[in-house]
Order: sequence, then structure tokens, then C-alpha cells
Amino acid sequence: MGRLRTRRRLVGLIALIIGVVVVATAVGLARTSTSVPAPEAMTIVGGPTSGTDADPVTLDADLYRPTTLGPDETAPAVIVAHGFGGSKDSVAQEAAALAEAGFVVLAYSARGFGESAGSISMNSPDFEVADASAAIDTLAALPGVRLDGVGDPVVGIAGGSYGGALALLTAGYDPRVDAVAADITWNSLESSLFGQSALGSDTRGVYKELWSGLFFSSGLTLRDGTVTECGRFTPDWCRAYTEAAVDGTVSPEGSALMWRSSPGSVTDRITAPTLLGGGQADSLFPLNETNANAEQIMEANPDVPVEVVWHAGGHDGGLADPVAVTEQLREMTIGWFQTYLGSRAAQEQTPRPGFEYALTEGSALSDRAAGTFETFSSPTYPGIRGDERAEIAIAGPPQQILAPAGGIPAAFSSVPGLGGVGALLGQFGGVMGGAQQTATFLSEPLTSTITTVGSPTARLRIAVDRPVDEVALFAAVRIIDDQGRSQLPASLVSPLRLTDLGTEPVVVDIELPTIVANAPAGTRLAVTVTTTDQAYRLPSGPAIYTVSLVEGAGSLAGDAGASPVLVVPTVASTPISSSWPVWIWPVLAIAVLVLLALVLVLTRPRPGQAPRDGGPPVIVTGLAKEYPGGVRAVDSVDFTVPRGVVLGLLGPNGAGKSTTMRMMMGLITPTAGSVEVFGEQIRPGAAALSRVGCFIEGPGLLPHLSGRQNLDLFWRASGRSGDPHLAEVLTIAGLGSAIDRRVRTYSQGMRQRLGIAQAMLGMPDLLLLDEPTNGLDPPQIKEMREVLRAYAQDGRTVIVSSHLLSEVEQTCSIVVVMGGGRVIAQGEVEVLLREHHGRRLEDVFLDLVGEGHQVTT
Amino acid sequence: MTPLTEATPGYSARRTLSVRVELVRQLRRRRTLIAFAVGIALPLIVVAAVKLGPSSSGGGGGFGDGDLDLVGLATSGAWNFALTMLFFGSGFLLTIIAAMFLGDSVASEASWSTLRYLLAAPVPRRRLLFAKAAVGLILTASTLVILVAASWIIGALAFGTSPLTSPLGGSFDVTESWGRIGIVTGYIMIVLLIPAGLAFLMSVLTDVPLGAVGAAVVIVIVVNILDAIEALGSIRTFLPGEYSNAWVGALNATIDWDTMARGVAYSLIAFGLFALIATLRFDRKDITS
Repeated sequence: MGRLRTRRRLVGLIALIIGVVVVATAVGLARTSTSVPAPEAMTIVGGPTSGTDADPVTLDADLYRPTTLGPDETAPAVIVAHGFGGSKDSVAQEAAALAEAGFVVLAYSARGFGESAGSISMNSPDFEVADASAAIDTLAALPGVRLDGVGDPVVGIAGGSYGGALALLTAGYDPRVDAVAADITWNSLESSLFGQSALGSDTRGVYKELWSGLFFSSGLTLRDGTVTECGRFTPDWCRAYTEAAVDGTVSPEGSALMWRSSPGSVTDRITAPTLLGGGQADSLFPLNETNANAEQIMEANPDVPVEVVWHAGGHDGGLADPVAVTEQLREMTIGWFQTYLGSRAAQEQTPRPGFEYALTEGSALSDRAAGTFETFSSPTYPGIRGDERAEIAIAGPPQQILAPAGGIPAAFSSVPGLGGVGALLGQFGGVMGGAQQTATFLSEPLTSTITTVGSPTARLRIAVDRPVDEVALFAAVRIIDDQGRSQLPASLVSPLRLTDLGTEPVVVDIELPTIVANAPAGTRLAVTVTTTDQAYRLPSGPAIYTVSLVEGAGSLAGDAGASPVLVVPTVASTPISSSWPVWIWPVLAIAVLVLLALVLVLTRPRPGQAPRDGGPPVIVTGLAKEYPGGVRAVDSVDFTVPRGVVLGLLGPNGAGKSTTMRMMMGLITPTAGSVEVFGEQIRPGAAALSRVGCFIEGPGLLPHLSGRQNLDLFWRASGRSGDPHLAEVLTIAGLGSAIDRRVRTYSQGMRQRLGIAQAMLGMPDLLLLDEPTNGLDPPQIKEMREVLRAYAQDGRTVIVSSHLLSEVEQTCSIVVVMGGGRVIAQGEVEVLLREHHGRRLEDVFLDLVGEGHQVTT
Repeated sequence: MTPLTEATPGYSARRTLSVRVELVRQLRRRRTLIAFAVGIALPLIVVAAVKLGPSSSGGGGGFGDGDLDLVGLATSGAWNFALTMLFFGSGFLLTIIAAMFLGDSVASEASWSTLRYLLAAPVPRRRLLFAKAAVGLILTASTLVILVAASWIIGALAFGTSPLTSPLGGSFDVTESWGRIGIVTGYIMIVLLIPAGLAFLMSVLTDVPLGAVGAAVVIVIVVNILDAIEALGSIRTFLPGEYSNAWVGALNATIDWDTMARGVAYSLIAFGLFALIATLRFDRKDITS
């Protein structure tokens, strides 16, 4: 009964553990695979088709309703705008996630994209922004959408890149927008496409021709496949692009067109709480653009909640795991709308941090593995100059660098459109262009780690060997380790464009790329100036520049006479643990291990009942062993072994002798019945077994050790402290000097004798020998008989199994005959012989086995 | 002789098969010595390859593509060399060795027929498993320590003793170099608990030592292949490969404990589960070997 209960408890516990594991896994998997609520396709009547055609465009849209929303309930709405080249389908995951978080979500393809009609007008207030307002009208009329007033839904608008600009512009033009989340987008389209990092310069910057070309070409293809110059763009935008692409210039009309499509034109009108994301790996819309949006909104309306996040990734891809970045942004966006669209009564709750940034660590092991990032936060947004600035002395002689004719070969920093592949270049310091194109100014090794958060600045003097119309230079901060290997953070360079440079040197304050980068102690910071970069339009004429440092601090603290410095912005911040705190894991592990230990304790084998005094050494009662498949190896075996006898267990091979002996030693658990040895019921590890020596189905020896070591180690492993009687045992083994040879070298007979000797170690009260004479020669067999007879004196008991009758006949006083798993006969040898008419035991045995199991004594 | 009614005087289950005795039983085995020798041979072979190889000048080019950073630093000093050997070793070699020591533990006793004599001695079954697992883990850890120590000494002789330079940038002083190498070594040992635990379970389930080792290694390989399939997405978070290289976090200027902490928890729990199943199975297993 006890065993049954234990087993039940055991089964229950295992089931419990398996259940916990399964549930945990299922929860984990469920979290990772978003169950997308099916959207309803719909059409939105948008703004006018063009300046000359007032007919509205039709926009293809999907509406996602939260599955949890009851029929009479309302929820705030969110419009999700897609990026350039995308459609409503490319934001399906974001839309579904927001719907799951309880918002009514509208995703529509912008005009000129997906199934929507119309031409691309780059988020023009007259067209795309009008479309967005029309979408808000549509939401206001939908059942289930919460309203602020008639025709005014509670609505947020979210988007990245092209969609981010639409979100900001719509928030500027349409006062019904209640919250904004805009990611990796521009502040001024012109300053994004024409990079200028010379501080205080109003010269148009260096044209990002590769990015612009990629951007424009993704709007070129028409559905019918015709090849056109302008594709799906409006004529105005096509003209502006062609102008820039051909000459690298922008007409005043083009400039005005771009400005109307730039959030910078409306940031002073944005009063909705705004979450602004910027990508650290973004050479198209760098963090400066995000920064400009944030600072302009905060300056115009200081009370508007604005949060800025400089996340890993961006248009260049970056090193960080994109899945992790997407999840982080999704979580922040949902949180932002939950706070400011009021489905969480949380607007008055603790103010959200004003600034978050990610610090990316590349993977050291492989360029394939995605890097990880850690997120830090600061309560106020410090801008790109940091809340503190470290001045790092930099040094280096004036250096001459060559702008090659035609701008070839050019350096690679980032590779637009290639995502993470380009980002890798930065890990290896970027690929330098041709020889003599780069000037480098180095700091001393840093004495402590510096984490740059923002845009460092430096002041350089630039002279040219001949008068030139146009100068394009690319400055960058690099981190040089003590092996001399250089890393270009985020693969970013700062383009500088100077015009009408004469032979007179000019001093330029340079705004270096806005980065988040760790420069560990021992590394150096370097400011480099390069004449080429393949992503930009370069002047075609050759020139040789002389670049030198300027005495006096960087641009911001003009302390004349001091040594040249690189001004590095830093931010006092605290890390945010993105998931659970680190200590939770060891605690969890310990908790589970304690649980597992508890299972072990509850299922531990119970000690047997107290042994009874006196009685025979072995009582076998109703013993049976049935193997899976119904094979009964042993069936209803009963016998008792009195003290001081040599008992023979006799039977042909397969009679069940060895199985019975194994059950007597607790090696095999009987299906039924029991074995009592010295009054204790045998179970695995029963203490009574320490009084039994056994030799079952051949010896078990460590082949790599000598016979003596085997005996010694077996004795030490057996937990007995008495006298092992080693001398007697060695005599029985009779191995002579071979006892010190490795067992590997023994013959079968030698192993057999050593195994029997091992069973006799410590002279146990009961000796179980299974076929002990196998492999022994006749003199040794004779000797063994003497040993066994002698052993049984002094009250010790011996059980010998054999299929050889003669052996049993000559050695044993009592015999148990087995056949087919059952006891066929048992009793004293003489009695058996007498009952069977004085024949030899061999004949009796053959009789018995032949007759089956009817005969008992 | 008076009738004895209790166990042989002097028998105590607590004295059976101590870890020390089990260590003596295992230490002289050829496979133990071979594993230790491999720990010394690996750095020797790599040093020979670097010194004699065609591209041995400079920062140690000529190793696998992509994995430049860590390996490129191998020749910069003893600690870096030891680190690189740990990186090489942790990929597969140490997994095999852990699987060998643990997978062979019980199954080899079964194959020698010694298992039944130990259990009949009687060594309590759980005590036998404990001694087996403990000694298997001790031998695995010893191989790991031998690998690190040999790499350090060989690296010091071949490349000098400049302290650790992190492939993530920055250098450490001598004390910190030991600390970081210690953390990496310790973490690798803990992550090895996964193949070790699996092999141990196999060792209890089968009587064929090679079968146990092989099955464990095959499972580890299959799991690694699964881990390489990016399409599995975040399911991979539940695979051990996610954590096998997390020791890189110890090479940051400030140690990144997060992934390592998860890896430690994962490995301990996995080992615990394997050990539990092995124990419950062995408690009631019929010993027919």
C-alpha cells in the first residue's frame, strides 16, 4: 500500500512539474506570436487629387478593432502612417499591437502608395495632410470611437520616417490630434538631404545623392509598368528632384516646396503630447533632425509633454537586434498613447522621463549575431550638446589631404539602403578611400570611460592650395583602441560644405555626428577629416587641403590660448532595465531547484520495517517477476534458507535463478511477493544487504585497475568498516603476483576467481554465488567446493546456483530446483534422492524438469 | 556465533562510494587522461599554427572570417590567448567532454557489470548517482581549468603577459584580467551543465556508454541547428544556444550580467530537471546489466 501511495504522489508531482513547464512555455510562445485581430478593409475619401483637380482621392485603409471592446463601449483611436515605399500592410503588425492594447486603429495607404490613388506629394499640407484630416473625419463617424466632441475623436497619430513627418505635420495642421508618436523623421527636408555640419553656416550642405536617389526611385514604378521620369510623384516634386540630382542645387520654389513638407514649418503649432524617436544609425535623417523637432516644439510650447528617445537602429540598420528595437519602440508608443489618450487614467501619474537613449554593444563573437543594447534615461531632454561637456585635448600636426579628381576613390562610411551590412563597416572603422585622403587628430588614451551622448564639436582650420568654388569634407569622431583599431560610431560622418574658399585659411566649428558611444578607458578619441564619401555628391575638381587644429577650446567655450580640444557632450542618466532585474534570474533558478529538491525528498525511498530477530537468513515468499510484454521470468517462488547451510539453487539455463538472485539483492523489483534477508524486506539499498556478499552472472571489475585495487576500492565503496579479511580472500582468489596486474590482462578464470573473492570480502554472513564454477578448471572447482563448505561453518550461509547437478550434489545440503520460473522441488538432497528411488540426482533433476512444475515435496 | 539481527556492524550508507573513492576509480581511466591531455594539446596546436602558419605576422589573421575580433586578439598576450582558447573550446570540444564524463558515468559501470555489485554492496541508488554526477562534473571542470591554465602558460611563453584586451575595446589590469577570465570560465562551466545533465540522464536510461554520450551530443547538435534558424524567431530564446556565448558580457567595460544571469538560471534549471528525471528513473530501474 505504501508503495502505491508513494507512486501516486510521484506521478502527481511529475504531472505538476510538466504542467508548469508546459504552461510557462505556452505563455512564452503566446507572447511572441501576436494574435492579430483581423482588420476590416475600408475606403477613405481623402483630400483633393491635385491643385487643379478638386475631386477627392480614394485611400485604401484597414480598420483594427480591439477584440476586447464590447458593443456599447468606445475606445480612443490611433492612425498608423507607413514609411516611404510602404503601404497599409507594412504597418499591420504595429496596428494589430495597438488594437490589442485597446485602441481602434486605422492604417491606410498614403496617396501614391499601395492601392490608394493619387500622386506622391511628400506630405504636402494640401494633400497628404488633408488626407490625414479626412481619416480623422472618418474615425469620428465610426461607432466605437471615443469622441471629444462632435466630429472630434480622441485620436493619436503614429508613424516612422515618411509616416512620422505626416504625424507631426497633421498634428500641426489639425487641432483634433491628441497625441503624436513620430519616429526617425525629418525636421527640414532640405537640411536632411543637404548635410551641413559647419556650425553657423547658412550655406546649403553636401547633397546626399545616394539616399535621395534611393528615396526617389522607390516612388517611380507605375502599376502598369510603363517607364516614366516622374513615376508617381507630382510634377512639382519631380522637378525639384531632377534639379537637385542634375546640378546638386535647389531653386527657391523647390526650397519652399520642401519647407511646406517639413515638420519644422509647424512645430510651433504642435500642442499635442509628442513622442519623438530618432535612430542612432541613421545617415538619412540623423538625430539632429529629431533634436530640431523636439527643441522647436518645447521652445514654442514649454507645457507640451515631449519625450525623446534615441534608439538603436534607424535608416542605416545599425548593429542592434532589429527585433529588440522594434519591440522597445512598440512598447513606448503604446505606453505613450495609453497615457495621453486617456485609456489609462495616468496622465497625472509620475511624469515620464524626458529622454531615453540606447547604448549599443556590438557582438564581439560574430558579425552575424545581432548586438545588444542597454537603455538609459534622464528626466529632462538635454539636446545634442549634453547636460555636461568633457573637453578632451587632441593633438596632431597640420596635415595635407587630397580631394582626388572626380572624387574617386571615395570612402565608405554608411551604405544607404543596405541596412546592417553598412553598419558593420563602422565596426571596422569604415573603409577609407584612397591614400592621403584623411587627416587624423588624436587624444591621449582616456583615463576613464567616456560615454558620448550627443554631438561633439571641434574647431579646425582649413586651407586649400588653390581657389575652389566648392569644398566638401567629411568629419568624424572615431574611437581607437590600444591595438590601433579604429571604430566609427554608428558609421556616421558629418558633411561640411564650404563655398568660394580662397587661399586664405578659414576656421570652422564642426558639429560632429550625434552619437551614443562608449569610449572605454585606455582608448583614444580621434577627430578625422576625409575628402570623400561615396554617399554624397563630391566636387569633381582636385584640391589639396591643409587641415590643422586651432588653439583655443572648441566652439562653445572659446578660451583662446588653451590647447585644442574635442568637446564631448555627456548626459547624467540612469540605466533602465529593459526586462526583469538581473537578480530575478538566480532567485528563480534557486526557487525551481528548491522545488525539484522537494520532489526528491518527497519521493525518497523509505527505510524498510525493523528487522525481526532470529529466524532464517532468507525467506522468499510468493516471489514473481513479470517483464513488460507478459514474460514471467519468475513466478510464485517460495523457499526458506536456514542458517549454516550451503543451499543449491538448481535449474537449467533460463529457469529464473539469476532473476531470483537479483531480486534477493534489490537489483530488480519484484512484481509480487517479497524477499526477507535477515528479517529485513529487501528493497534497493536495504541495509541488510551489507551482510550479503554476492556474485551474480559473472564478475564486475574495473578493467583499468589491478586486482588488488579493485578489491580495495570495492571495499572502500561498500561502506563497511570491519576487517575485509583480505589475506583469506586473496588466498581464495589465488592470483599470486597477477593480483597487481591490470584486470584487463586477466583470463576469464582469473576474473571469475577475483569476482568470487570480491564477494567474500569482509566474510559476509550470507554468500550468494551464481554459477561460481564457470570458467574454472577441475582442481579449482574442487578447491571452490572446499571453500564453500568451510564458509558455511560458524553459522554462515551460502546459496549457490548452478545448472550443473554434480556440483550441487557434492556441495549442498539443501537444494531448490527451479524450472520455467517456478520452484519444482526443494528439500534436503538425501530426501530428494530417497523419494526418487535412490537414483543419482542428475536423473531426479531431469525427471523433475521434464515433468514440469507439478512435483513438490 | 550469535545471531545477527542487523546490518553488519560498521556498515553505514553514508560511507558508501564517497566522492573521493569514485574519483580514484575514474582518474586512472584512459579517457580521463585523454581529456586532460586535450586541454593541454589544444593551446599547443593553436600556438604552433599561429607561429608556423603563413599569415602569422601581425594581429593573427588567417582565422575564420567574421569572427575577427576575438580571435584576432589571441596573440596579444596570455589572457587573451586563454580567452580565445575558451572561445574555441566552448563551441564544441568542452560540450563533448562534458557529455563524455557524464554520459559515460553510470552506463560504463553497467557495461563493466560493476553497477550491480555497487548497488548490492549496497550503495544507495541516489548516493551512487550523486557520486557519479559530482565526479563527472569535477572532471569536466578540471578539464576546463586545465585548458585555461595551460593556455595561459603557453600563451605567456609564446606571446608574453600583457593583460586582457577586450574585443569590445579597452584593456584591463592584471587583477581584472584574472577576474574576467574567471567569470568567463565559471560561466562556461555552468552552461556546460546543459549537455552534462542531458548526458547524465542518457547514462541512466541506457547501459551503453557510447550510446549515452552520442545521444547527448546529437541532441546538442540538433538544438544548435535549430538555434541557427532565424525564422524560429523568439522561440530561440528558449534554446540553450541563446546563452552559450553570453560570457561576452564579461568583456564589457562594465560587466553585462543580464544575459549571463538568464543563462545561469536556464542552465541550473535544465540540469536540475535532467538530474531529477534521472534520479526518479534510477530509483526504480531494474538493474539487468
